[in-house]
Amino acid sequence: MEAHTTKTSSRTRSERKLAWMLCAPAVLAMLLVTAYPIAYAVVLSLQNVDLRFPDENSFAGLSNYITVLTSSLWWTDIFNTVFLMVVTVSIELVLGMAIALVMHRAIFGRGIVRTSVLIPYGIITVVAAFAWQFAFAPETGFVNDLIGAETDWFGGRFTSFVVIILAEVWKTTPFMALLLLAGLVTIDGQLYEAARVDGASAWQRFTRITLPLMKPAILVALLFRTLDAFRVFDSIFIMTRGALDTESVSILGYNQLISRLNLGLGSAVSVLIFICVFLIALLFVKGLGAKLDEGRPGG
Amino acid sequence: MEHQGRDYALWSITILLVVLFALIPVLWLISISLKPPDELTDQSFIPHSVSFDNYKSLFEGGIDGSPFIKPLINSIGIALITTVISIVLASFCAYAIARLEFPGKRLILAGALAIAMFPPISTVGPLFDMWRSLGLYDTWLGLIIPYLTFSLPLAIYVLVAFFREIPWELEQAAQVDGATPFQAFTKVIVPLAAPGVFTAAILVFIFCWNDFLFAISLTSSDASRTVPAALAFFTGESSFTAPTGSIAAAAVVVTVPIIVFVLFFQRRIVAGLTAGAVKG
Repeated sequence: MEAHTTKTSSRTRSERKLAWMLCAPAVLAMLLVTAYPIAYAVVLSLQNVDLRFPDENSFAGLSNYITVLTSSLWWTDIFNTVFLMVVTVSIELVLGMAIALVMHRAIFGRGIVRTSVLIPYGIITVVAAFAWQFAFAPETGFVNDLIGAETDWFGGRFTSFVVIILAEVWKTTPFMALLLLAGLVTIDGQLYEAARVDGASAWQRFTRITLPLMKPAILVALLFRTLDAFRVFDSIFIMTRGALDTESVSILGYNQLISRLNLGLGSAVSVLIFICVFLIALLFVKGLGAKLDEGRPGG
Repeated sequence: MEHQGRDYALWSITILLVVLFALIPVLWLISISLKPPDELTDQSFIPHSVSFDNYKSLFEGGIDGSPFIKPLINSIGIALITTVISIVLASFCAYAIARLEFPGKRLILAGALAIAMFPPISTVGPLFDMWRSLGLYDTWLGLIIPYLTFSLPLAIYVLVAFFREIPWELEQAAQVDGATPFQAFTKVIVPLAAPGVFTAAILVFIFCWNDFLFAISLTSSDASRTVPAALAFFTGESSFTAPTGSIAAAAVVVTVPIIVFVLFFQRRIVAGLTAGAVKG
C-alpha cells in the first residue's frame, strides 16, 4: 500500500485528496443518523431504559430480546408484516409488469398512462391512506354502496388488510412499473421478430425472452420494494393504528419507543427489525443473485 | 382492419382503467372536501351540493388559530431547506464519483445503497433520546438532519447517473477557446448539469414532503409538526364532529399543487426515478 502510494504521481494524489474532500460531507451526513444511532440502539437494547422511570436504568443483558422474542405480539406482527409484504409486492409485480408492457406497446396515449401512474407517486402516503379509509368507511364511504355490501371493513383483521394492501399497491405500483419499463426498453426488438418468425406465441415470447432478459431489473426492483414493504407503517397507522391484530413490526417499535417510552424494549425491537432487513437483503443478493451495482435506491 | 378496430377498443379500455385507478382517490378526496357536513354520510361519490366551509375552517384564525397553516409552513420550510443542503452535498459527492479516480468510490456507492435499505424505525428510538438531550426534539433541525441522511443516497445515485452523461471535454474545449476555468464551469458545465440537479431536487423534496414516521416521532407541537403528522392528529371543530371534512380539504390543498408540479415535470421525474436502474 505504502509503496504503491509513493509511486503514484502528485497529480493523482491531489485528485484523490480533492475527491475525498468532496465526498466527506455527504458521507458524514449519511453516517450521522445511521451508524451511530444503530450502535446506540444496540446499547439501549441491552439495558432497562424506561423514560417514565428515568432513575431505574440498569444493565439487562439479553432480557429485552427474550421478552420480545417470547411475546406472541412480536410473532403476530412478524406474520402481519411478512403477509402484507408478500401480498403487496406480488400484486405490484404483476400489475407493474402489466402497466410496463402496456406503456411499452402503446398504440397511442403512452403519455396519458405515464402521467396517470405518476399521480400516486406524488401523493403523500398518509393522504392516500386517508382517501382509501374514507372510501371504505361504512358511514362515509362509497365502496359499500358501489358493490352493494354492508361490510365493516375496519371491523376485522383481514378486511382491514384488504384496504391496507389496496392503499399500498396503489401508492407504489407506479415506481415498480417505471423501473420495469426501463428494463423492458433495453431488450432488442429483433429478438421478438425472430421468435415470431419461428412461430412463438405471445406467451412464449414473454416467458422465454422478456422474463429471462429482465431478471436483473426485476430482482433489483423486487429487492427495493420488498424492503420498503417490510417497513410498512404510514397506512396502518392511519387506518387502524394497529388495532384488531393489524400491527406491523414498525408500529410495534413506534408504540414501545414513542408511546410507551420504553427505550430498552423498543430498541430491542428496532435491532431485530434491522436484522430482518439485513437477512432479506442477504437472501436477495446471495440467494437470488440480485446484482446491486446495477441497482439504485428506491424513490 | 376489423382486427385493428378491436385493438383500439381494448387499448382505450386499458387506458381508461389505468387513468381511473390513478385518479379515483384524488377525485374522492376532492368530493368529500366539498360535501357539506350533513351530506358527508350520503355514500355518494359525487357531492350533491358544494360547500367550501371545510377549506375556510382550515385557514380560520390565522397562523396561531388555524390547525393547518403552521404545519404547512413547517412542511414547506423543512422540505426546501433539506432539499438545498442535500443537493449541494450530493452534487459534490456525485461530481467526485463521476469524474475523479479515487479508492473508496465503490465503497461510498455501496454505503449509500445500504442506507437506502436501512429501516428508519431502527433509528427513531436513539434519535428521540439524543434529540431530547441535545434540544433538537420538536425543532426544524431535528427533522432536517434525518431527512438529509435518508435523502442523500437517492440524490447521489440520481446525480451520478446524470453526471456520467455530461461531455466533460467541453469544459477543456471552452478553456482552449479562451474561457477562464470559472467561465468554462459556469457557462458550459452548469447548464449541462442543471437538468439532473433539478430532477434530483424534485425527488428529494417529494421524499421529505412524504415522510410520516420521523414527523410523528420527533415532534410534539405545531413548532415543527409537518402536514402528514398534523393530519394524523387533526380533531374536529368540536369533540362531536369528525374531522373527515377538514382532513379531506387539507389533503387536497397539499396534494393538488404537487400533482400539477409532478405532471409538469413528468419527463424529468421518470428519468430520475429510473436513473441507474439500467446500466448505461
